[in-house]
Amino acid sequence: MFDLERWQEIFETISKNKLRTFLTGLSVASGIFILVILLGIGEGMKNGIEREFQSDAANIIYVFPGVTSKEYKGLNPGRMIQMKNDDYQFTTTENKEALEYKSSVYRIWGGMVSFGKESGSYRVEGVYPDYQFLENSSMLLGRFINYKDVNESGKVVIIGNRVKNDLFKDAKSILGEYVEISGIKFKVVGVYTDPGGEREESRVFVPITTAQKVFGGGNDINYMSYTLQPEGTYEEALASANKFTKKVETYLKGKHTIAPDDNSAIRVNNMLENTKRFYDLMGMIKMFFWGVGICTIIAGIVGVSNIMLIIVKERTREIGVRKALGAEPISIIGMVLHESIFVTSFAGFTGLILGLVLLDVVGPMIQTDFIYNPTVNFNVALSTVFILIVAGAVAGFFPAYRAAKIKPIVALRDE
Amino acid sequence: MITIKDLHKSYKTGNNSLHVLKGINFNVSEGELVSIMGSSGSGKSTLLNILGMLDEADTGSYTLDGVAIKNLNEKIAARYRNKFLGFIFQSFNLINYKTALDNVALPLYYQGMKRGERMDKAKAYLEKVGLAQWMDHLPNQLSGGQKQRVAIARALASDPKVLLADEPTGALDTKTSYEVMDLIQQINDEGRTILIVTHEHDIAQMTKRIVNLKDGLIIDDTKVNQVRALQNV
Repeated sequence: MFDLERWQEIFETISKNKLRTFLTGLSVASGIFILVILLGIGEGMKNGIEREFQSDAANIIYVFPGVTSKEYKGLNPGRMIQMKNDDYQFTTTENKEALEYKSSVYRIWGGMVSFGKESGSYRVEGVYPDYQFLENSSMLLGRFINYKDVNESGKVVIIGNRVKNDLFKDAKSILGEYVEISGIKFKVVGVYTDPGGEREESRVFVPITTAQKVFGGGNDINYMSYTLQPEGTYEEALASANKFTKKVETYLKGKHTIAPDDNSAIRVNNMLENTKRFYDLMGMIKMFFWGVGICTIIAGIVGVSNIMLIIVKERTREIGVRKALGAEPISIIGMVLHESIFVTSFAGFTGLILGLVLLDVVGPMIQTDFIYNPTVNFNVALSTVFILIVAGAVAGFFPAYRAAKIKPIVALRDE
Repeated sequence: MITIKDLHKSYKTGNNSLHVLKGINFNVSEGELVSIMGSSGSGKSTLLNILGMLDEADTGSYTLDGVAIKNLNEKIAARYRNKFLGFIFQSFNLINYKTALDNVALPLYYQGMKRGERMDKAKAYLEKVGLAQWMDHLPNQLSGGQKQRVAIARALASDPKVLLADEPTGALDTKTSYEVMDLIQQINDEGRTILIVTHEHDIAQMTKRIVNLKDGLIIDDTKVNQVRALQNV
């Protein structure tokens, strides 16, 4: 391997058989290139979907009302259900032990938020302090709503990063400034960011008590969200979530006089179930990409073996000459293998680097929610290159071995 | 230099066994220039292949420069070929992607000689066959006669005990054949032992001894008055 004379011989052979070398290299390089791109896209899709999920806590449960679809106890179908503060109070007190975070939400539609000359229409939500964790938000500046704000119905607001960028542009001070929401002044006490991206960041949060008082909500709430205490396993978590939602559903149906089998009046969205479905899907996608990738590699190996076979066949006579001139069988095998390993590794790394560069350059430019930050585990890519090199060597070994075994007299007769 | 005793060789073709060499006894001493003649199927090429260690005899003994050539494995055969023998083929058998110089240097590579040294040596041999200014040319840029001279230079490069030529002029026209024979005679004049397989009588007459093979046996072995090739060019 470190025989300088051999290297010189190899380079001479390679430089004088450019087309042959190029074709061998191409099949290897393109195989690795395609694999890297595929794995990159697969990873990107995984990241994209994961990010969609991270916009809220992974085990969040939403309960929101709808319209009755069945006649029950003398009440007509088509009745709108309005949840009240006491629904929230009851469910949280009843399940105190089981809950981790909880918040009811009173939403103001078409809230105009303005600061100085700048203004925009954003979702305004009256929430409890726990909402930060339910939404998976984190603070960029200041703090989230606290219980003091809720108890005192404080006129404070937490704005999303997008809202901050829209309204404050490059204003120096943000915290402590006052914004107007539908004409009423609120003091900015925090700026949050959300992994859900801009859509999730173009909201403002105020204490729920304030929202209900100021915007005429009375005791109304729009929906309730909860997370349960963590459990050891996914199955346990799902079981306790189902138990909890069943309990809440039964209670609300009883209280609002809804038929027990009316599924449209009270809706429950259990993220845990969706998560499982998406992770299953993700697993399928990943398996698919790996399958395609492995097939590509196999195609690459077959290509390399094929070319090696042709090369050896083509060189039979040359091998005969070399043997007549005193080449030992081992040196013939060494020569063919050395060349093939050198070409496959060089081409393999070229394909790898090209693929990584492409992902690096094009990756950040991809503007879709479903592909985000497509990267490849470098070790995985590297080991595929090595697998290809080894496979190429093994594939090259047998024809080389056979060629070395051919009697020179036979090889020389080969016209 | 070469001693052969009772050499037998047969090839199996299906169920039939073809007895090609039926007991060859044959000596060549140092500095001889011998031609082996015979019609096709007489076994002359088989004999040359056995002499060249490209093929093995079934029975009989073969001694080359005092070394008994028997029970060779591939590795030792390759080493002996490199050390003792230089081959000249009818179809030249130059490696077509290597320059004349690299072709000549190839046997030296297999001797393990360093690059610089073997290039110098190869250059000297190319000069000897009069092709110094062609050393950077590829075989397909050379004429048939030039190719054969490169092949002769290559055969000489490893300084072998014996040169084995299998129809060296078979692919050349008469004039070029004589030029090549002239070169071979010059090399012989320097004392190198050379064996030539040929079926051309004029070529055979340019050697010093003609061995005639028929049906696997030597039927005639006579010294001749050498015709100098140069006179006929």
